[in-house]
Amino acid sequence: MRHVLSVMVENQAGVLTRVAGMFSRRGYNIESLTVGTTENPKISRMTIVVEGDAHVIEQVAKQLHKLIEVIKVSDITKEEYIDRELVLIKVHAELSQRGEIMQIVDIFRARIVDLGAKSLVVEATGDQGKISAIEASLKPFGIKEMVRCGKVAMVRGVKSKVE
Amino acid sequence: MTITGAEALVQGLVSEGVSIVFGYPGGAILPVYDALRNSKIKHVLVRQEQGGVHAASGYARVGGKTGVCMATSGPGATNLVTGLANAYMDSTPLVAITGQVARSMVGTDAFQEVDITGITHPITKHSYLVQKADDIPRIIKEAFHIASTGRPGPVLIDVPRDVAEEICKGKVPDKVNLPGYKPTMQGHSAQVKTAAQMMIAAKRPVLAAGGGVILANAAEELVQLAEMIQAPVMTTLMGLGSIPTVHDLYLGMPGMHGHPSANKAIMECDLLVTVGMRFDDRLTGAVGKFAPHAKIIHIDIDPAEIGKNVRVNIPIVGHVKLVLQSIIERLEPVQHQEWFDKIRQWKTEDPPLYLADEEQLTTPMVLQRLNQLTSGDMIVTTDVGQHQMFAAQLIRLKHPKSFITSGGLGTMGYGFPAAIGVQMAKPEARVVCVTGDGSFQMSMSELATAREQGLPIIILLFNNHCLGLVRQLQHFYCDRRQMAVDITGSPDFVKLAEAYGIKGYRISHPREIDQVLQQALAQDELTIVECEIRHEEYVNPNVLAGKGLDEMVLGKGGNS
Repeated sequence: MRHVLSVMVENQAGVLTRVAGMFSRRGYNIESLTVGTTENPKISRMTIVVEGDAHVIEQVAKQLHKLIEVIKVSDITKEEYIDRELVLIKVHAELSQRGEIMQIVDIFRARIVDLGAKSLVVEATGDQGKISAIEASLKPFGIKEMVRCGKVAMVRGVKSKVE
Repeated sequence: MTITGAEALVQGLVSEGVSIVFGYPGGAILPVYDALRNSKIKHVLVRQEQGGVHAASGYARVGGKTGVCMATSGPGATNLVTGLANAYMDSTPLVAITGQVARSMVGTDAFQEVDITGITHPITKHSYLVQKADDIPRIIKEAFHIASTGRPGPVLIDVPRDVAEEICKGKVPDKVNLPGYKPTMQGHSAQVKTAAQMMIAAKRPVLAAGGGVILANAAEELVQLAEMIQAPVMTTLMGLGSIPTVHDLYLGMPGMHGHPSANKAIMECDLLVTVGMRFDDRLTGAVGKFAPHAKIIHIDIDPAEIGKNVRVNIPIVGHVKLVLQSIIERLEPVQHQEWFDKIRQWKTEDPPLYLADEEQLTTPMVLQRLNQLTSGDMIVTTDVGQHQMFAAQLIRLKHPKSFITSGGLGTMGYGFPAAIGVQMAKPEARVVCVTGDGSFQMSMSELATAREQGLPIIILLFNNHCLGLVRQLQHFYCDRRQMAVDITGSPDFVKLAEAYGIKGYRISHPREIDQVLQQALAQDELTIVECEIRHEEYVNPNVLAGKGLDEMVLGKGGNS
């Protein structure tokens, strides 16, 4: 099963290496990992998506927590949370096809953020399903380049992840 | 008054109570050595950095303080790697300080540059690459705190040369502020209560003590608990000494080369209480066949150990001493007479592990005589190999912290430098390093260090002219085909002693044991006692790969 871990860490050089290194050397596979600062500049939040059964996830969380710079590890898989991914897609677009592409972009409430002679860059955010769907819809036109970020996630409501 | 980063570092060591540093200087760490010169800290110059980190480990394990070693950048730092991994696996509190090339040179593949914090990520509890001198007082304080609390372990501090030379304006913080690091000390009270109830209800309880009992100074509580519930106690390799080996309730060491009765007890108990141990694969044998009838209570300070290898029924995370105390408070004395009688019967029925052979010298013979001559009043360090397992099975131990061995990593070359650290921590103790011809040659250059420091260590070297344990593995797993296990070209160890200006003896026949050992023990000097034993000695019992603990090969002792 796929688990979403929200990990608060001290915002220091080397933390990412320590976290990523722990996964690789213990044989756990990271599906995606995003990291960025939080409202507190001393703390970063990592959103880590990892595949494994309950036993594996328990070990992942415990081993993560052993790292001195890791402040809190929460498995939010079963909580109510909002998650988003971002994708930039450079799609092949002849003049004649632009209208059609723009319609697709509208349907997905995505945006066109750059215009080239024969291409468009589309920006979309959403959950994994939406991102995959827009990718599939634009594929027939020819995707020249694509970059996609990992999942970021946040629990709904007033609950905060750091006390 | 202004001070440099290096001076702040040394001041930090002094205020952490450090009195001995094991190290080896070099270019990048020059400023630190220069500052060390003006301090009261004693520096022990080892002959290779690995000797330094192992010595610091031996020092820490018997002295109860965090061991400190130092090395320069590059090769100095990489020579620490094995020792750090060793300390990490055996949860030994260490602080290693390495020099690093100047900040402006970091990342340029400069002379003697290596990314030691990167290299040691997986084998240290934590590590620091110091970015500015102002951070040094805080980092030293944090490093010692991290190394010695919770589950102890090694911490590395990498100090660029220019940082050590820079003016330090930082102050030692009043307290350590590490929001992510708060080891759990007290066991969960409901779990403690359940554990106590289970101990009272059990019919066939067994206690298993690991190195955590010794680290937590909880041997007294362990024995008290065992006596209260009349449960036999087994100790892992790292837990040896947490109950006196002559105690009525002592069962021996379980596992691959464990005592038959200890292994039987694991297979038949209905409650297994494991204290400060981590279900190492050498101990469990095939995990699926481990303790089939038992409920398991696991007490450990490291939550990540719980459920890692073996699923347990009652996990209790906390400081072993405090948890045991809180369990004892909730207990009433119980009798398990039937179980106790059974265990006692097993112990008497156990086949003798080794037969006495009047004509041929064997390792067990020498070790058993050593027990008698010292009455067990000694600290034994071992290397890794057959001699280590013989020692674990046979050495009589009265106290915790009297058996110092490389348990987790199995580091050949550990025993002798560790003995140096042990003897420096306990100058009055009788220190015996039990080693083999393979292991000793990995670190015998430290003879010079021991001699320089005037340490009266007895090196009991069992020479079978081969790598005995590997030979034994080949016997079982490679259909007796032997490859790369014969050691030729070794020095004459008695002459080697002479070359170092120390005492050297050889025992080749059983009748020589007494005289040589007595003489060696009588004089308080660095001594090598070489024991000429056969190629063909085997350590028994033996639980082969994939087998359960009740499927051990017994053999007929040393001569199969």
